[in-house]
Amino acid sequence: MSDYRTLTLAEVSVGDKLEPVDIDVTTGLVVCGALATRDFEPVHHDKSAALATGLPDVFMNILTSQGLMTRYATDWSGPEAVVRSIDLKLGAPNVPGMVMTMSGEVSAVDSDSGVVDINVLGENNIWGMHMQGTVQLALPREG
Amino acid sequence: MNEAEQQAFEQEIYAFVGEVVYPVTPAPDDVNESMIRHWCEVLGETNPAYLDQDWAADSARGHIIAPPAMMYVWGQEGFQVTTGRAANAQSNLVETFNRHGFTGVLGTNVKQEYFREVGVGDNIAVQMVIDNISERKMTSRGPGYFFETLATFTNRDGETVGTQRFKVLKFIPQEQPAAAASDDGKLETPTRIASVRGHDNGWWWDAVDAGKVLIQRCTSCQTLRHPPRPMCHECQSMEWDSIESTLDGEVLSFTCVRHPQVPGYPKDPICAVIRLAEGTNLVSNVVGCEFEDMAIGMKVKGVVEQVDEKTALPQFYPA
Repeated sequence: MSDYRTLTLAEVSVGDKLEPVDIDVTTGLVVCGALATRDFEPVHHDKSAALATGLPDVFMNILTSQGLMTRYATDWSGPEAVVRSIDLKLGAPNVPGMVMTMSGEVSAVDSDSGVVDINVLGENNIWGMHMQGTVQLALPREG
Repeated sequence: MNEAEQQAFEQEIYAFVGEVVYPVTPAPDDVNESMIRHWCEVLGETNPAYLDQDWAADSARGHIIAPPAMMYVWGQEGFQVTTGRAANAQSNLVETFNRHGFTGVLGTNVKQEYFREVGVGDNIAVQMVIDNISERKMTSRGPGYFFETLATFTNRDGETVGTQRFKVLKFIPQEQPAAAASDDGKLETPTRIASVRGHDNGWWWDAVDAGKVLIQRCTSCQTLRHPPRPMCHECQSMEWDSIESTLDGEVLSFTCVRHPQVPGYPKDPICAVIRLAEGTNLVSNVVGCEFEDMAIGMKVKGVVEQVDEKTALPQFYPA
């Protein structure tokens, strides 16, 4: 059908690891991520507003973090996977200049429902855990 | 806040449970390709299910869909929030917390569930209620309460496409260490925890800074000792000098510190007790070697290295 392949349920096992990905947290990503998610809260685009909350610079909004986490999961699975849920715990802010490394591992495979759970950790190199949680994907049974 | 005041306060906040933050509100924009494409561009998203009409037409879905993580995006209020938001049940609840000293705010968890994929041309309406408020908790940030909003998203046919639970901690702020930013506003990279240098051991660390590992020697009986201390354990003499170690050594015992990961330290550092050729033991790191290749008795050779901007430490390599 295309160059894009989607993993089938049979190809996935608990313990499978996703290749880590580094995200450069730039002012561009923070500000443009906020605008692309229509989040106009000043702390995400106005440094003086962020400074007033005690942080050194503008910081990534949650909707961008959610977008990066689901992207990470579906980049691994392929495009026919259906995202069922994303459940994340929020940690330290992502501030420009940091590098966030996303890593992941399959933690459950339900052969009845076809749903796999992927534990994802997004850790920045300065303050540690930015987000940690689970993305659930429904995978096709046959390619 | 005494017990009666706390009871009155809790009565006031728990009255918000079930209150509507937003009634069912259609999104200002229908789901559309332009906003999807802008979102994908910034997020680095290349999934053809969101972006490629031709691919999607041949796919199991038959058409492109909106990225699920955009579910909340469609109903966002927009630029007007830069000048403040209109009062609603959530802002009134927050205001009630603030009035009683719970001024700190921290989003702690967000969970989105997706029941149906959404195609171009649909319109996503959102409704939000205050779903629950916890009992008073002692958290690392200070005493506080968690409140959770529940947003429900429906399509044009009134079908539920997904839900979002967002948990927020409102707390009485305690003294927190200031955010790490140096004078020029640059982020400060964390370093190793600084060694504590006192009267009896400062000289040893000063020597490390100068690139040397010294071993204390009793000048009365010549016994070597480490870590540094004022009195010889053999003869109780308090007279001492020191010799420089060649840093030839052997691993007596070792471990790998996998959890927790400490900012400023490498991931999974190998820590070892090393018997130096001179006879004293030193706790240090073994580097340049995988944990799996470590063994008790292996020969190592140390060198003093600058491990970060502020810290010099002896580091040992397989000999």
